[in-house]
Amino acid sequence: MSNTAPAHTAASSNKKWALGFTGVVAFFFIMNKFILPEAPRGIQTFFNNWFSLTSMAEIMIWILMALGLNIIVGYAGLLDLGYVAFWALGGYVAGWLMSPFFSGISLNFFGNPREGFEFGIHFHVFLVLILGGVFTAIWGIIIGGPTLRLKSDYLALVTLGFGEIIPQFMINGADIGGVNVTNGSQGIGGLDDVNLFGYVIGTFAIPEKFLMVSLMAGAMIFFSIRLRDGRLGRAWLAIREDELAASMMGVPLWRTKFASYAIGAVGGGIGGVGFAILVGGVYADRFNFVISIIILAMVVLGGMGNVWGVVVGAVVLAWINSVGLIQVGNLVNNTFGTDINFPSYQFLLFGLLLVLMMLFRREGFIPEARIRMVMDEEKTEEEKVSDETKIASK
Amino acid sequence: MTTVASGVARKKKVTPSAILIRASMIFIIAVAVYWLGLNLTNDPRQFAQVTVNGLNNGLLYALIALGYTLVYGIIELINFAHGDLFMLGAVFSFAVLTEFLGAQSPSATNYALLLLVLLLTMLFGAFVNVSIERLAYRKLRNAPKLAPLITAVGMSFVLQWVGLKWIGSNPVNVNTVLPSTSFELAGVVIGFKTVIIFAITIPLLIVLAYIVNKTKRGRAMRATAQDKDASRLMGIDVNKTITFTFAIAGAAAGAAGIMWAQTTGTVAYNLGFQLGLIAFTSAVLGGVGNLYGAVLGGIIIGLIQSYNDGLAIGPGQRWSQTMVFTILILLMVYRPGGLLGETAQEKV
Repeated sequence: MSNTAPAHTAASSNKKWALGFTGVVAFFFIMNKFILPEAPRGIQTFFNNWFSLTSMAEIMIWILMALGLNIIVGYAGLLDLGYVAFWALGGYVAGWLMSPFFSGISLNFFGNPREGFEFGIHFHVFLVLILGGVFTAIWGIIIGGPTLRLKSDYLALVTLGFGEIIPQFMINGADIGGVNVTNGSQGIGGLDDVNLFGYVIGTFAIPEKFLMVSLMAGAMIFFSIRLRDGRLGRAWLAIREDELAASMMGVPLWRTKFASYAIGAVGGGIGGVGFAILVGGVYADRFNFVISIIILAMVVLGGMGNVWGVVVGAVVLAWINSVGLIQVGNLVNNTFGTDINFPSYQFLLFGLLLVLMMLFRREGFIPEARIRMVMDEEKTEEEKVSDETKIASK
Repeated sequence: MTTVASGVARKKKVTPSAILIRASMIFIIAVAVYWLGLNLTNDPRQFAQVTVNGLNNGLLYALIALGYTLVYGIIELINFAHGDLFMLGAVFSFAVLTEFLGAQSPSATNYALLLLVLLLTMLFGAFVNVSIERLAYRKLRNAPKLAPLITAVGMSFVLQWVGLKWIGSNPVNVNTVLPSTSFELAGVVIGFKTVIIFAITIPLLIVLAYIVNKTKRGRAMRATAQDKDASRLMGIDVNKTITFTFAIAGAAAGAAGIMWAQTTGTVAYNLGFQLGLIAFTSAVLGGVGNLYGAVLGGIIIGLIQSYNDGLAIGPGQRWSQTMVFTILILLMVYRPGGLLGETAQEKV
């Protein structure tokens, strides 16, 4: 292994990106925390309409999700269509361990319960994040377990099945053998405020919450990059490109695939915890198939396997989804006097995006060099024929 | 390293995990049989009633499952858009029969219109499915598997959007032309709707089986499914054959759509996702790629769902979907090849 030169350039460019990411986060934080309250009204409304901090914080959660899925789909090449299950599981871990929900138990482990709600389980937020990650990792293994020996398309289907079952369990979970496990479709609200070494982030302290989820997303970006260049990451890429060849080279298929499921699930779990803290609760209705597909679209749009591509894909799609579609719609309707309901085109947008990307730019907008090679490996017959005719005409 | 004598089958090792898997499978089946037996002895009449309802739904599932199984059999693609094609069929039949032709109550002319619109809906389904194949899947036939699969998911979203724009986001009530009367047979109430479903779906299934098994086109389909290059060498137009398969699958989905709209009396834009998954589970249960398997799987899933929803002792309707998906996952663990299929092996 003497190809240190490209690895070096990759690392230095990563440092630049990390600097950029920190810069963007710092800009939004400082802007919202210190400058905007003093700024003239016009700038204030512009920012709140187009780049509201709540949607920015949600975008960070989407980045976490997309990077988690990227480990499964982009790195290891296993299609997962039920990623929303991990989001739900992570969210409910936060709901269970940081709220007065289990009123029968009273357990406080460095937690920060609200006054008058000391019953229930209250863990410290770090512990909840760790437990959320571990819990979803275990579920990743449980979901991956029966499926990893299957063909790729069956695998997609089983993950989709789990992606439907787990949220449904959450919706129906108000009465499992007489025990209220998930509080049904009402969800679990009233999560504890985060207490970081005495500094309490209140329910409406959006800038601080934004900073917190940004840190989480930044950590996920860091780990994604480091993992990819490591031994495990290279094993994933090898499996993605040719399973048989990889196993001949001594890559343990099962263990490596399990690892991709478990580690990919952690992204969803931690994102789920972060989202639960962000909105102050966890609500079962949110977790549906569309979410899984949107996360997949983020990975596909940016370029499967490429961390920065996925981040850009997540930012663009999440922004379009939360504010872009509405704001652009308003802008168009106001300027041209039309009355088009832009958000109702969400399905068309995401559907067409997936189809067109697959047809014309399978490697994504910011492709990884290797995946471009693999995706363009085989040409269709028409293309082959046209190539031949091109050569013949020359 | 001694050479392994060819032709001598080596004894399969019995590993503890294989025993565990087998034992747990037997346990699950035993629980299911016990549950059904308990309900049968508890209230035989209700059991029979629920069985009839289950058959009713099961036949519709079978029609949709056929489309999955045909397409999977020929190009190894899980056509996620198929469930939404079924939904579009239902919406189309609602728009034409109920709205445009105004057939909203049972009468002789309306029955004739129903048959006419049944044909139209089948044509519509075939047309949409063939266009999807032509526009999207054909270009991706030699691409890595992830690509057509993601395309199919995208197509499913596009079709859902069409349905959403067509009838809106709320479920729409359909004034059905089928009579809501029923008769009683040995204490079991059987609606005329059920009879009509039987009368339409069973001949359709027979015609489909005939096309695939007996006609020249059908033989070409089976040959293409086995080996595309070899069948091309034998003078089969592979593209045309695949188009034909998509047309048949689409027609079956269209027929299922109109039957669904007429029997349940509601149409919604998100109908296709859930039903598509149920139907796909049916196809897998029967052994994907196997026509009779799809029919058998559809009926079994219909029955299981109906038992789950309708029996006095059982989890109840809110677990209905969970039940179906659990079956899907269990199948993948125990018998990925399905009931009638061969054990699927990863092709290298």
